[in-house]
Amino acid sequence: MSDMGFMSARLRRGDMTAVEKLWQMSWSLIFLLCCIFAFGFAMLLSAANGNLNPWAGPQLARFVVGLGMLAAVAIIDVRLLLRYAYVFYAIVFVLLVVVEVRGFVGGGAQRWIDLGVFQLQPSELMKPAIVLALARYFHGVGMEEIGQPTTLLLPILMILAPVALIIPQPDLGTALLIIVGSGILLFMAGVRIWKFLLLGGLGLAASPVAWGMLHDYQKDRIRTLLDPERDPLGTGYHILQSKIALGSGGLFGKGFMAGTQSHLNFLPERQTDFIFTMLAEEFGMVGGLVLLSLYIVLLIYGYAIAFRCRHQFGRLVAMGITTGFFLYFFINIAMVMGLIPVVGVTLPFISYGGTSLLTLMLCVGLLMNIHVHRDVHMGVRGGFNDF
Amino acid sequence: MTITRDSDWTKMFTRRAAVLGGFQATLVATLVGRMYYLQVIQSDRYKMLADDNRINIQLLAPPRGRILDRFGQPLALNKQQFRVLVVPEQALRVGDTLESLAQLIDLGDHERERIKKEVGRKRAFVPITIKENLSWDEMSRVQVNAPDLPGITIDEGLTRFYPHGEDAAHLLGYVSSVDEADLNGDPLLQLPGFRIGKDGVEKVYDLQLRGKGGTSQVEVNAYGRAIRELERKEGEAGSDVVLTIDERLQSFAAKRLGEESASVVVMDVHTGDLLAMVSNPSFDANAFSRGLTSEEWKSLSTNDHKPLINKVLSGQYSPGSTFKTVVTLAALEHAVITPEQTVYCSGSYALGNYIKHCHKVHGSVSMVRAISLSCDCYFYEVARRLGVDKIAVMAKRFGLGQVSGIGLPNEKSGLVPTEAWKKAARGERWSPGDTLNVGIGQGDVLATPIQLATLAARIGNGSVAVKPRLVRPVLSGDKAAAADDALSASFDSLDIPAPNLAILRQGMFDVVNGPPGATTAMAARLRFPKDDLERHEFTVSGKTGTAAVRGLTGAEREAQKRDPESVPWHLRDNAFFICFAPSAAPRYSIAVVVDHALGGGGAFAAPIARDIMEEVLRLDPSRKPRVDDQIAQNGESHI
Repeated sequence: MSDMGFMSARLRRGDMTAVEKLWQMSWSLIFLLCCIFAFGFAMLLSAANGNLNPWAGPQLARFVVGLGMLAAVAIIDVRLLLRYAYVFYAIVFVLLVVVEVRGFVGGGAQRWIDLGVFQLQPSELMKPAIVLALARYFHGVGMEEIGQPTTLLLPILMILAPVALIIPQPDLGTALLIIVGSGILLFMAGVRIWKFLLLGGLGLAASPVAWGMLHDYQKDRIRTLLDPERDPLGTGYHILQSKIALGSGGLFGKGFMAGTQSHLNFLPERQTDFIFTMLAEEFGMVGGLVLLSLYIVLLIYGYAIAFRCRHQFGRLVAMGITTGFFLYFFINIAMVMGLIPVVGVTLPFISYGGTSLLTLMLCVGLLMNIHVHRDVHMGVRGGFNDF
Repeated sequence: MTITRDSDWTKMFTRRAAVLGGFQATLVATLVGRMYYLQVIQSDRYKMLADDNRINIQLLAPPRGRILDRFGQPLALNKQQFRVLVVPEQALRVGDTLESLAQLIDLGDHERERIKKEVGRKRAFVPITIKENLSWDEMSRVQVNAPDLPGITIDEGLTRFYPHGEDAAHLLGYVSSVDEADLNGDPLLQLPGFRIGKDGVEKVYDLQLRGKGGTSQVEVNAYGRAIRELERKEGEAGSDVVLTIDERLQSFAAKRLGEESASVVVMDVHTGDLLAMVSNPSFDANAFSRGLTSEEWKSLSTNDHKPLINKVLSGQYSPGSTFKTVVTLAALEHAVITPEQTVYCSGSYALGNYIKHCHKVHGSVSMVRAISLSCDCYFYEVARRLGVDKIAVMAKRFGLGQVSGIGLPNEKSGLVPTEAWKKAARGERWSPGDTLNVGIGQGDVLATPIQLATLAARIGNGSVAVKPRLVRPVLSGDKAAAADDALSASFDSLDIPAPNLAILRQGMFDVVNGPPGATTAMAARLRFPKDDLERHEFTVSGKTGTAAVRGLTGAEREAQKRDPESVPWHLRDNAFFICFAPSAAPRYSIAVVVDHALGGGGAFAAPIARDIMEEVLRLDPSRKPRVDDQIAQNGESHI
């Protein structure tokens, strides 16, 4: 008992040792993560007809690295996160500018910086960065202050600046994730509903301008959603083939590695964007529901962590990240089922891809960090003794 | 204050989290709903679409039925042929592979160019034909060197083969690729390389020979590459067609005709079975199946002996004196003359100011003598007494002026003129002179060789309206014999009184064998050699015919008489001989027509008929076991 009391006091003060923090981590969440990843690993195996190469093996290695990174992020003092949130955001933003300028100069559409070991994609990193920055901004802002329109100017700027850089890359999916994710974070921070309506109205009014900024192929994708049969061998082909593969899977699927449509290459990008289709073809609706349930459990973990957190920063970070997960899997699954346009969003923890997986693991690390530091008292500026 | 503010904020946060959570739950429910819609409600539709996507149904061509002669000897069959193919993606470098291959088989520059073009145009896994119709040697050389020829495969296929080449080309016809006009909904016809019958039996019995196509369901990937075969339904092989032809006779007759432009028909007088049906010169149907070169086509189509025409069915000739058989029967039936009454032949015959000539001065001739000497004057007189219409009725009863009904393409009906016909066709009145011409089988009378053989058969079988047939039902042993008997019995009688027929047949007997006690030159020529046949007392009865080519001027005719060699080939007389044997109980009839032959029917056509008849009697199957058992024994093999 005294031990526990001692412990909770230290939890509140946030001066735990690294080992204590590791002990405090939610290992069941890690287990859940492993379950989701195992699903993805199986699908990558199937995509390569049972071979570890070229996808399943490398992805497993990245997952292990990602777990280490998760733990490392989880034990960082949350007050440091608060303190350096803007700095982190600024660094990622600069990287984004660098990529954009270099792309403009080089004439190519390269979205990453080659670090030798892996390729850093600043637009991916921007997702956690903007969650941290916004959470930092709204941490300690009172209800009255939130009510003032001027309070919203800076966050809106923080959201739109990277989006303006990402859309022309062009990466509609990431831009959409950032806008919607940040919007939900503003909502959770307490911004009034009518202001959202106003912003939405403004956004709608500005949409012709935004439409003009879109590339032809992006316009095509949106048009194709509205009428998928318009171009059955072009963009619509992907959605149609995806629906055929998915639908033909039926209730129980065709069996592991027995998905005909994915294995006969009718399905495009079966290891990345359309991996859910292959899963649903081989394991049927039952398989799809199992994965959805795992995601819902992940969401519940996120909500629970947000609720149990005692500081606003942690709650907003937890909600922001949880919302991010939701948007990821919802957009991806809705896309492959033909509910929304093909926007190039991956299925979290399942799709093949290094940057995406590591970014997601970083996000879980942040979530875990909030869980570990849920009771830490924090001042407005993240001061250690700022009671 | 801080605490209040904090708790307000917590309330707001909780409320908004609940809203957000509810919103997210709704969206997840949408996903589940969509999943249910696609994977349960619409599942069958998408399963079908998925199979459409991945399953390619390929037709399998059935082996074509064979065409057999009456003893089961194949006249048309399918020969295994070997093709060498290259699959570009399996060849390391197509150029190198072709280079190595060229050392084993003959590869022209032209072919190499074509292959290179196809390699560029098609997907890398689509096999490209390098060469067809490889010989066994070439095939084995390629097979042995296979390890050094990456990407090269040998493919077996079937092609139509006519083992007896030119012997029966006209009646068999040939197969060739499908034309636009042939497409009738049978998917087999759309198969690349599929061949259908284009003439003769191949055309008429095409559906029976074709069989039914099988299917092969092949799983393909998104690029159309075949992954594996899921299901295979073999088609039904085409049925064999058994002809009445005896290949040995067909071949013998073809050889006997040599270089002549001529036709031979050998018929069973009771069943109408066509034992041989030769039109000469012929062509190689194998060349048609593989595709003719332009030189081959040119030489065939410009040859004045017309090898592409089946003269047996399409050749219409003035039958000359062979027609006198019909005139004789008409004369007896209408009693315009008795067999004993004579007509005086002075070498010419006058009708008004119209003078017709006989080929000799015969003096007083009775009917039998008139037939055996082929006296024109006698038949001028008889024809005059009869009138053309009565002759025409008799001619039609014996099968002239109408198609035979064997069903082969391009058969002509010939012509039996009447007074009404001339009025209708030419708008002219029939003149007595026309009747005289008809009386000796000249003028407007036209007959085909198959009609002449039928005429001879109907005289030989005791005036039964036998019809020629080319295809036999496949029955075995006694059943076949019974079926033949039933067929013979099914033909109508022509109701010629036996005495009338006996007189005609005596005349025809004398044509070949000479009058009793005398031996004519013709009889000496036509008598069978002293062998097995003579011991059986086989004798032949027949009628010669020599007919001037229509439209020949008087001057040309005179020139021909003076110096036959000087007349151009195409203006020379046609030679005819019809006969049946054995004379006492005829079983076979033969018609021989030789185009533009010097010397006429007796000198030219009759010896051919004699040789063929000798062979017919030598091979007479009634002296051998029944034939259909052999067909059954020959088995079902289509190779």
